[in-house]
Amino acid sequence: MKHLAEYRDAAMARRLAAEIGRIASRSWAIMEVCGGQTHSIIRNGIDEILSPQLELIHGPGCPVCVTPVEMIDRALAIARRPEVIFCSFGDMLRVPGSREDLFRVKAAGGDVRVVYSPLDAVAIARARPDREVVFLAIGFETTAPANAMAAKVARAAGLRNFSLLVSHVLVPPALGAIMQSPDNRVQAFLAAGHVCSVMGTREYPAIVKRFGVPIVVTGFEPLDLLEGIRRAVVQLEAGRAELDNAYSRVVTERGNEAAQAVLAEVFEPVDRAWRGIGTIPTSGWRLGCGYREFDAEERFPVAEIHAAESPLCRAGDVLKGTLKPNQCPAFCRECTPRTPLGATMVSSEGACAAYFNAGRLPDGSPPHGSPGAEAGG
Amino acid sequence: MCLAVPGQVESIRDDTGVRMGRVNFGGVVKDVCLAYLPDVAVGDFTIVHVGFALSRIDESAARETLRTFTESGLLDEQVAELPATDAVTEAAPP
Repeated sequence: MKHLAEYRDAAMARRLAAEIGRIASRSWAIMEVCGGQTHSIIRNGIDEILSPQLELIHGPGCPVCVTPVEMIDRALAIARRPEVIFCSFGDMLRVPGSREDLFRVKAAGGDVRVVYSPLDAVAIARARPDREVVFLAIGFETTAPANAMAAKVARAAGLRNFSLLVSHVLVPPALGAIMQSPDNRVQAFLAAGHVCSVMGTREYPAIVKRFGVPIVVTGFEPLDLLEGIRRAVVQLEAGRAELDNAYSRVVTERGNEAAQAVLAEVFEPVDRAWRGIGTIPTSGWRLGCGYREFDAEERFPVAEIHAAESPLCRAGDVLKGTLKPNQCPAFCRECTPRTPLGATMVSSEGACAAYFNAGRLPDGSPPHGSPGAEAGG
Repeated sequence: MCLAVPGQVESIRDDTGVRMGRVNFGGVVKDVCLAYLPDVAVGDFTIVHVGFALSRIDESAARETLRTFTESGLLDEQVAELPATDAVTEAAPP
């Protein structure tokens, strides 16, 4: 397929990795921000063909993983209501709340449906005026334009039975939080290419300048990732910190201005709690006052959420890049994709799931579970 | 979650005020919202995420990126073919 196959050439990947190894004179730690990049790196073994001097730290860019457990519990409470058709991206169904997940609500008779696009949820609302249709609107800046358009289309159609449970998160504030964390080891970022396809790159020079950290906008295919790493290492070796774009076929400085205009119309900034990380100021979006009537939190008040995380789960350390998934004592033991303790083990972009599916076992005793069995999905 | 797939626009239509289109992903054709790409034309490649086209793929930038890869690769091969010393003038022909 054009625009994919040419970026997956194995011989070229080895040559780029060798070139990076020649450039690197010392060890460097580079964070790939997006969970999609993490999965591509682990699935393709990119970290294994790089010089051992180069460490890739997996970032928090998995919206499923960072959606707070309180929000999952709220989603579960709304999904249990008999009048509700609860629509979600498939990734969210197995994410553990405090006591159960959306699959269990569905198994107990809740009307929980997986949709490909938020517009599919709007279509269900049109077809079923007798039911309340709620869409779980999570995601980074990449997904937000789709969710914003769902609100816009629902309002244009005069739908009164459609609402969104919004838990949007934003990349740039998270980069600032990582750099300010006392145990931070990140020396350069590979910025999430598809977030930048929407937002452009204008938010990043301020971060580069403030923290003296190189940022390279990077794509998702193996050669894209290696080129992003190569450009980051070139800057690190030269002692430079600049914004660079290694994904120029998709990302422009200005981004998608039509999408940005709709985002500004529908959403407003809000402080957001990140699962495992904590609250980051103005790191999310909620529906703005013009669209508050579509806010499921206001339409379905949920009292008394007593959120509880597994005491064994170290997902927060994984999301901050201070712990590799297979260094967690519960990895492949108490925690597998079938018995997940945290969202990072179930999301298709979670770092723990990436390690499990690639058979990256912990050192030492043999695990329970069956790594590799769920790969290729 | 932010994975987006390249596809080629096959047709464009108006669906109750929303710009929609059919996009071909290597043989699989899907309905995609084109509202955020007012200038995209039939035949263009675009990046699609959860049913929305977010960016038109810049063909000249794609060629430039691939040329960079190829040149660094060729350079590597030439370096690898060279004897360890005193062979700079022996660089392989293009």
